[in-house]
Amino acid sequence: MENQKVLLLGDEAIAQGAIDAGASGFYAYPGTPSTEIMEYVQHSKEADEGNIHRQWSANEKTAVESALGMSYAGKRTVACMKHVGVNVAADPFVNSGVTGANGGLIVVAADDPSMHSSQNEQDSRFFANFSLIPCLEPSNQQEAYDMMFYGMDFSEKFKTPLLMRITTRLAHSRSGVVLKSKRPQNSLKLPEDGRQFVLLPSISRKRYKLLLEAQTKFVEESENSPFNVYTDGADKSLGVIACGIGYNYYMENFPSGSPNPVLKIGQYPAPRKLIERMAKECKTILVIEEGMPLLEENLRGFMNAPLEIKGRLDGTLPRDGELNPNLIRIGLGLSDNTGNDVPEVVKLRPPAMCTGCSHIDTYKALIETVKDVYGDGHVFSDIGCYTLGAYPPYEIINSCVDMGASVTMAKGAADAGLFPSIAVIGDSTFTHSGMTGLLDAVIENTNMILFILDNSTTAMTGGQKSHAYGKIKDICIGLGVNPEHVREVVPLPKNHSEFVNIIKEELEYNGLSVIIPTRECIQTIGKKK
Amino acid sequence: MKRDIILAGVGGQGILSIATVIGFVVVDQGLYLKQAEVHGMSQRGGDVQSNLRISSDPIYSDLIPAGQADLIISVEPMESLRYIPFLSRTGWLITSTAPYVNITDYPENDVLMNEIRKVKNHIAIPADTIAKEIGSPRSSNIVMLGAASAYLDLPFEKLEEGIQKIFGKKGEKIVESNLKALHAGRDFAKSYIA
Repeated sequence: MENQKVLLLGDEAIAQGAIDAGASGFYAYPGTPSTEIMEYVQHSKEADEGNIHRQWSANEKTAVESALGMSYAGKRTVACMKHVGVNVAADPFVNSGVTGANGGLIVVAADDPSMHSSQNEQDSRFFANFSLIPCLEPSNQQEAYDMMFYGMDFSEKFKTPLLMRITTRLAHSRSGVVLKSKRPQNSLKLPEDGRQFVLLPSISRKRYKLLLEAQTKFVEESENSPFNVYTDGADKSLGVIACGIGYNYYMENFPSGSPNPVLKIGQYPAPRKLIERMAKECKTILVIEEGMPLLEENLRGFMNAPLEIKGRLDGTLPRDGELNPNLIRIGLGLSDNTGNDVPEVVKLRPPAMCTGCSHIDTYKALIETVKDVYGDGHVFSDIGCYTLGAYPPYEIINSCVDMGASVTMAKGAADAGLFPSIAVIGDSTFTHSGMTGLLDAVIENTNMILFILDNSTTAMTGGQKSHAYGKIKDICIGLGVNPEHVREVVPLPKNHSEFVNIIKEELEYNGLSVIIPTRECIQTIGKKK
Repeated sequence: MKRDIILAGVGGQGILSIATVIGFVVVDQGLYLKQAEVHGMSQRGGDVQSNLRISSDPIYSDLIPAGQADLIISVEPMESLRYIPFLSRTGWLITSTAPYVNITDYPENDVLMNEIRKVKNHIAIPADTIAKEIGSPRSSNIVMLGAASAYLDLPFEKLEEGIQKIFGKKGEKIVESNLKALHAGRDFAKSYIA
């Protein structure tokens, strides 16, 4: 494969890069826009031949912990997730900065500015920043590939985990990538210091000081990194700092070269010397960052910097949402190239549940028994295709916050006296983060009904294998839900009255009920044909 | 050489098969390519697009800058209009006339066609009807590709080769019907602007 140029999505470039850089394992939970990293590895012949670990994890926390274990054992590993998955994995991720790594360890976080498929647009670079963990931010598919080699070497040289931060556009855009020669995997090699990973306070304090001391070296590495490049320009009235794919959007406007000095940043902590040079030579600095104004805030400081800083905080660029070449043009005071307006006849076309989807039958039963009888405001939902029940004609759900929150919000609302208190959660989301919340409800026999919508797959992200498959009833009973109130039903139009009766019966029961409507996702059935 | 193309449609209509054929030719010709796709939530019946950028020089942005698209190729008439702000003043809008109605406030056909006709350079193709006429109802995408072929600045015979390569696994019959669809689309576009 060496020197061959192949067309890869950003996600695929990361996967192939890690395989070629000698990774022994991938750990991930599906989440747009990160899903295709693991899917690529699962379909890779090389991964199969190299016996690379490539099963999905229950959630992002278990993924990062397993990756940390593989790193402990001396092998190279990657944990992948979407940005909000980093919240779930925050505990092991932040602490991995203190333990450090043994085998190369890279956590990939795929951010979603403009919230194409997410509930917020948080910027994962903040996690790296406050965890004192170095961060890589590729601007294109080739860099994403190359950075897996660079990152694994860096991780093993400095015994630290790394975060790679990408955004939707890079994750889901395809371009040519030139491959390097493949490296062998590491063999098993345990940490030299047997207590490196024991974060007892007395040890943690020592390790934390080591992490603080390492920051100087991390900054030096950034200053000399091939991914942080200063290009001089004749017009010093403005200097441009462009991070990650922000660099592309700037350069798109200057195909024959930037008139102003440009500092392209692809590695953090930020390269101090290079920024100081720009601050010395330029009157004003424009900071272009995809996501949140992390570097811009640092440069401004609380008291404002001695030179003018432009970016997302002063309105030069929009405060929120994804950037693009035209937004940069406007920020630079160049002409707006936008063509004619979208004609008024063009209507919104939001995503919808598929015709024949099992969730539709569940919602029809819920509408008849709950919405029509008790009015709105009683159905807590979760993250998955069934969240689309918020749209007409159903408009049946009243919350979507984070993975598992339906269960515990329904519990809290029931504790407050709400009746009926109903939660709906998908099978994969239930095993991701719903089981622990259900245990809370079991302990108090909370008067609520939890619907676990079992379509036997992780549907919204394209039909990945669900850990819950064939286990949901046993899990509920195992957690202590009264078996008489664990009810199963096949959500089909012909079973509507049966379904309605089950809900009515459980509404009359003063305690915890679980209803499991089970019917496979019609998309995954279609794929099997 | 530079071609910025927006492919538009509704999730599930399979606009990416058009991109795959073009992508094959681009790589074969040694040109640079960036192709941004939509994955995730919108694929469930929402509006989807793909930004396809082809150039003889390296390409920076994965997204086509506003007002710079040379072509909008849409497999659905209302969706073709959603990306008008991206179309350059000299660009072409090439769309199928077959509506995909999965919303309650979908506009009337006349209203829609009036808006499409307002775009100076446009080709409106009954791609579904053509695909049915040639006995290959599932090839309306490739009819669209054929209709756009004259504006791609790529050799037509290379598109044929791409179809052979990409659909080859599915058998000779599928290849034949897609080649037929490609030609039918090209012929329709020729007569449309003649």
